[in-house]
Amino acid sequence: MSVFKDAGHLFRFAGLFVLAFLLFLVIRHFVVPPSFGQYGHYRGAAMGEIAARPVKFAGHETCEACHSDVADAKKAGKHAHVNCEACHGPQEKHATSDDPSATKPPLPDSAVLCVRCHTASAAKPKGFPQVNPAEHSNGMPCDTCHKPHNPGMDAGGPK
Amino acid sequence: MNISRRQILILLPAAAVAWKSVLAGTPETASNYTMSDHWWGMLIDIPKCIGCGNCVRACAMENDVPDGHFRTWVERYHVSDEDMTNPEVISPDGGKEGFPVAEEDSKKYFFVPKMCNHCADSPCTQVCPVGATFVAPDGVVLVDPKYCLGCAYCVQACPYGCRYIHPVKEVADKCTLCYHRITKGLTTACCESCPTGARQLVDLKDPKDPIHEFLKTHPVQVLKPQMATGAKAFYNGLDGSVR
Amino acid sequence: MSGVEGFMYPNEYGLQWSILIVLYPYITGLVAGAFILASLERVFHVEAVKPTYRLALLTALAFLIVAPLPLQLHLGHPERSPEMYFTPHSTSAMAMFGYVYLWYLMAVLVLEIWLDYRREIVLLSQSSKGLLRVIYRIMTLGSSNISERSLAIDNRAGWIVTVIGIPSAFILHGYVGFIFGSIKANPWWSSPLMPVVFIFSAMVSGIACVMVLYMAITKLRKQSIDMRCVDTVAMYLFYVFIIDFSLEMLDLIHRVYEADESFRSLNFLVHTQLYIPHIVIQIFLGTLTPIILLGITQVVHLPEVVRKRMYATAGCLTLIGIFAMRWNVVIGGQLFSKSFLGYTTYKIGLVSKEGLLVAVFLTILPLFILWALIKLLPPWPANTAQAPAAGD
Repeated sequence: MSVFKDAGHLFRFAGLFVLAFLLFLVIRHFVVPPSFGQYGHYRGAAMGEIAARPVKFAGHETCEACHSDVADAKKAGKHAHVNCEACHGPQEKHATSDDPSATKPPLPDSAVLCVRCHTASAAKPKGFPQVNPAEHSNGMPCDTCHKPHNPGMDAGGPK
Repeated sequence: MNISRRQILILLPAAAVAWKSVLAGTPETASNYTMSDHWWGMLIDIPKCIGCGNCVRACAMENDVPDGHFRTWVERYHVSDEDMTNPEVISPDGGKEGFPVAEEDSKKYFFVPKMCNHCADSPCTQVCPVGATFVAPDGVVLVDPKYCLGCAYCVQACPYGCRYIHPVKEVADKCTLCYHRITKGLTTACCESCPTGARQLVDLKDPKDPIHEFLKTHPVQVLKPQMATGAKAFYNGLDGSVR
Repeated sequence: MSGVEGFMYPNEYGLQWSILIVLYPYITGLVAGAFILASLERVFHVEAVKPTYRLALLTALAFLIVAPLPLQLHLGHPERSPEMYFTPHSTSAMAMFGYVYLWYLMAVLVLEIWLDYRREIVLLSQSSKGLLRVIYRIMTLGSSNISERSLAIDNRAGWIVTVIGIPSAFILHGYVGFIFGSIKANPWWSSPLMPVVFIFSAMVSGIACVMVLYMAITKLRKQSIDMRCVDTVAMYLFYVFIIDFSLEMLDLIHRVYEADESFRSLNFLVHTQLYIPHIVIQIFLGTLTPIILLGITQVVHLPEVVRKRMYATAGCLTLIGIFAMRWNVVIGGQLFSKSFLGYTTYKIGLVSKEGLLVAVFLTILPLFILWALIKLLPPWPANTAQAPAAGD
């Protein structure tokens, strides 16, 4: 039995280990978030939190709910597949506002907006309509001739 | 022995404060959204991209992406037929304000929009030491900003350069595939604002999604297939020179 | 963006891991290497290195205590680091490393030092006064049993701990290598040789560190250096260094010969930005020169003074060389774009959180801890007359 007596200090050391481990388990029990491991090795609640972030682009369906006239005009022309907020910017605030006229978005400047897509560049796909803005319009704003919602020349603009 | 206990004593109060916010409230996702019904990805149609930068700007606005960091960006390739392995690539400010006008020459030009590939076998989630980034049951790779240490190991592990450390929050940040939008039935901000339809959100578990027909009829590739990450950003018309 | 050449993915302009992450494998390497040296005496009965045994253990402990500090400073949220222990991710090398570190610190180093010093601790708890007495009393864990039998048990237990400790030291540093070697996205890191190279370079740096420290401390104590001991340590350093260098060259030759898609990019880097730290400092100054110096001492019989100087020079150059190796791995691996089309530069701050001053402080800190540990647990007999009088 004296072996145990002479190895007593080792048991003390081991005891400290066990104590520390138990303490660790207790702390772990309290600090690990309850949803951890719900779906996998992560906090399940994180997805809900990320999904709850605010939306800023309302989506064209929302726009079209009120602006059906513009939607119809657009549908007939070459910009049919260009969504509203691609040009008008994020409009969730405008869409969900009690008084949408108070949050009416400013009209985009066609001189900046149109050239962003339609300036001629060798890097763009060949079939995409593109012009050299300076030569094309002699400095006239694009919407003198092209209606942004239906830009084709046969769509009612001046010939 | 003293050390570990002392460390624990010091760390306890700090950890307790941090955890309080983590434990608080567990907001539910939109009630009619079932994660197991979806497997999200993205279709990127290179021949349609005009390099306008709308997607980059929309992403930055929708997600408050800090300046100088990108959840999505656009690259412009300029490839000579003689040296395909050494393309000239530019992406000024991630293509946010578009690209300089290119003059016609003997080489080919094209734009490549990039974003998180939402890999099914993602190397970034594999290396996270604590489980702060993960592939959600609907296939979206997300970061839990309340749990991330900011060790940047995931940034190192992403072969595509899609992650960054948020300069203010000091946690890893990346494309969420607009998780707050797609769980409400909306498309992503980049897809919503793309004027040419070069990007399309796809749900591989939805049998009615046109992606299935598209994949069947087009030669489609993912970026760096040799990495075997199970990338779900499918590129139509991807040139061999793209890295 | 200044400092960027060619094309980088726009999120790649800044480096993620700074000089602090260079320090971290460097420091853990010293720990693992010092422990391996200590185990030579304990397990393999290399009697000649006995004068360095306790010093090596204390050196390992001093550096191990500091090892997590650069990591903590680097984290965006250091207060969340206990998550590594609470919810370790089983597929993450970094998460497993947390446990390996704790295991090594508590179950190996602290236990072995405690067992080895227990007799002294008990005696000191009886002879010292004031605060020191309290500290020693706590360290006895309330047991003052230093009977011959209990010390024999300690000796046996200490041997077992060392035997477990050797693979633990390998795992400790092998894991650090694996953290880098397992990143398939980064061709500069991704290599199965990385953990092996890390283990051997760790042994090299740890042995060199203990050798230099032993010579310096003995000098400071105005004692004579035990040349049989230093000769033996230098011999082991020489052989381990040759293995380490061969492995590194194997890795290099393999890369050059295979010349995969990343080769052009990495080759450019090694010939430009990394030329000084990699070719000049790491390979020529920090590896070949010390190997040649040590090699000469193995072949030619030189007078003691010359040998001492050569050992000291070789040891210091080795420490610089291994630091350069860590630098080239950590920093070098982030200087090129994962598109292999461009390069960035690392600008080190002076006083920032991850700046040069912090790095220097963290490098010196272990020496102060070691000084305190030596005061608390003297590695040599208190009675200086007992010290070997041979040599000089």
